[in-house]
Amino acid sequence: MKTILLIAALVALAILALLPQVLPTYYVGLVIRVLIFAIFAMSLDLLMGYVGLPSLGHSAFLGVAAYGAGIWSVRVGNDFLLSLSFGLGLALAAAAIFGVLVLRARGPQFLMLTLALSQVLWGIAFKWKPVTGGDDGLPGIPRPVLGLPWDLSGPTGYYYFTLVFFLAAAVLMYLIVRSPFGHSLEGIRETETRMSALGYNVWLHQYIAFLIAGFFAGLAGVLLAYYNGFVSPTELHVVTSAKVFLMVVLGGAGTLFGPFLGAAVIVLMENVISGFTERWLSIMGLLYVVVVVFAPAGIYGFVRSSLRRWIPA
Amino acid sequence: MSLWAIQLLNGISFGMLLFLLSAGLTLTFGLMNILNLTHGSYYLLGGYIGLTVARATGNFVLAALAGSLAVGVIGILTQRGLLNKFGRDEMGQILITFGLLFLFGDLALWAWGGTPRTIPKPPLFEGSFPVGEVMFPTYRLFLVGIGAATALFLWWFQEGTRVGAQVRASVDDAEMSEGVSVNVPLVMTGVFALGAVLAGAAGVFGGPLVGVYPGADFEVLLLAFVVVIVGGIGSLKGALVGALVVGLLDTFGRAFMPELSLFAIFAPMAIILLVRPAGLLPRS
Repeated sequence: MKTILLIAALVALAILALLPQVLPTYYVGLVIRVLIFAIFAMSLDLLMGYVGLPSLGHSAFLGVAAYGAGIWSVRVGNDFLLSLSFGLGLALAAAAIFGVLVLRARGPQFLMLTLALSQVLWGIAFKWKPVTGGDDGLPGIPRPVLGLPWDLSGPTGYYYFTLVFFLAAAVLMYLIVRSPFGHSLEGIRETETRMSALGYNVWLHQYIAFLIAGFFAGLAGVLLAYYNGFVSPTELHVVTSAKVFLMVVLGGAGTLFGPFLGAAVIVLMENVISGFTERWLSIMGLLYVVVVVFAPAGIYGFVRSSLRRWIPA
Repeated sequence: MSLWAIQLLNGISFGMLLFLLSAGLTLTFGLMNILNLTHGSYYLLGGYIGLTVARATGNFVLAALAGSLAVGVIGILTQRGLLNKFGRDEMGQILITFGLLFLFGDLALWAWGGTPRTIPKPPLFEGSFPVGEVMFPTYRLFLVGIGAATALFLWWFQEGTRVGAQVRASVDDAEMSEGVSVNVPLVMTGVFALGAVLAGAAGVFGGPLVGVYPGADFEVLLLAFVVVIVGGIGSLKGALVGALVVGLLDTFGRAFMPELSLFAIFAPMAIILLVRPAGLLPRS
């Protein structure tokens, strides 16, 4: 099983590296979106799948980081490292404040609070016109200039740029969930009281996981802001939280790879369906119901349980 | 002085509307342990259906009946058709209601378009009366009456009727209640429907005041969340107190710092959460 997985990973890597050479430009842009939303979905999976904290407001961290990087590049200066740091800093700050508030709640109250707090940020972005551009959004974010041999203004250049961040984020998140810290998170998910009796500081573990999830969601936000060249309140809206939540559930929570699949399916589906009809949100809503009724373990969970029957672990 | 009085009255009347909205959310959660995110859609659909009926018949009472009852039917179908198949799976239920929130919102946009609409006030409450030098709309006073009547009705229903006793019994011990021939599934569907009817009614009664428009579903869901977090989730008394607190904070916030009005609600919510995580009046 281990070797099969290793070979699969290498093949996937080779495909990802060669994609822009074979795909038409339009589809390269689509794959960029897949990679960005995959980082976003995996960051939510850290919370949902590994800590057992399903957040309905994960758009908050994507959105503030996107605004942070966008505002810095447009209003202060197009310095990539500073914009990135400012965006990630804002995401971490938001996670640090929200974490204190939401980790006091459990279950449905946690869902309500995360949703409510993210909507507050949406409201601020919507109304604070001088800084965020309000309803119209913040246009004209230039792509980073890094003095690299590849130019980031075209899709191919930005694709490799995104791919580097995606791979780094994926490896880091994988290492985190496989670390002793990650295992204690899973322990907390399964039985909070026992872990607490064993001397684990449950709150601190959850808080750190919340910060990490906010950080990676923020990274996705920065990449998205540069990709679109534009940030709007939509990035902070419940619709965005709902989309990433569906990616995780559809792919299979607690697997990291599942949310990547989920992100790919949802981004491609939204793209195709939006070409035919304006009713994408209806379809997204129906998808929720369909997934819960027919595939509660997600695509990856479904594939894995069928594979287990054929390939012994 | 009269400006303050007006804002106070505005806040109370908006709070009563919020109570109508939040009572169902807190009832279904408190009694059935279902966090119903579709509650925002119930408000929106109630408002739109009420609007259509009010335009067609010119009768506000008919509009209110149609809006709330139609939404009640939607609630029954949701609960019977989908939610009760996931009896113990809280997360599954929440996800379904989350999906329906987007489905209904999008279908409403399709059916009624994107322009904000208002429902005409009932002719009896079209006027206004003087408070000091300023005029105050009678309709807002009517809302206070509706809210107070609903609160009294719900209290009487829960504490003073046989059905109310059956509801409490079903929640405390479903098996025992079945044993003494209470139809628990029917009782649960009834509670769910009542919650939906209240939210649908809130949509119609809110129509002349705040209007119906795309996105209202998310906005009112958020307000209802704050109400039950502040008041204590699952308790009717908490919902009433929470609704009045949020109604007043929102009204004064909009009047005195319009740009940051959201903070007027959320800063107190955050403080209450830190000091009293279970809310002001938690369910005992």
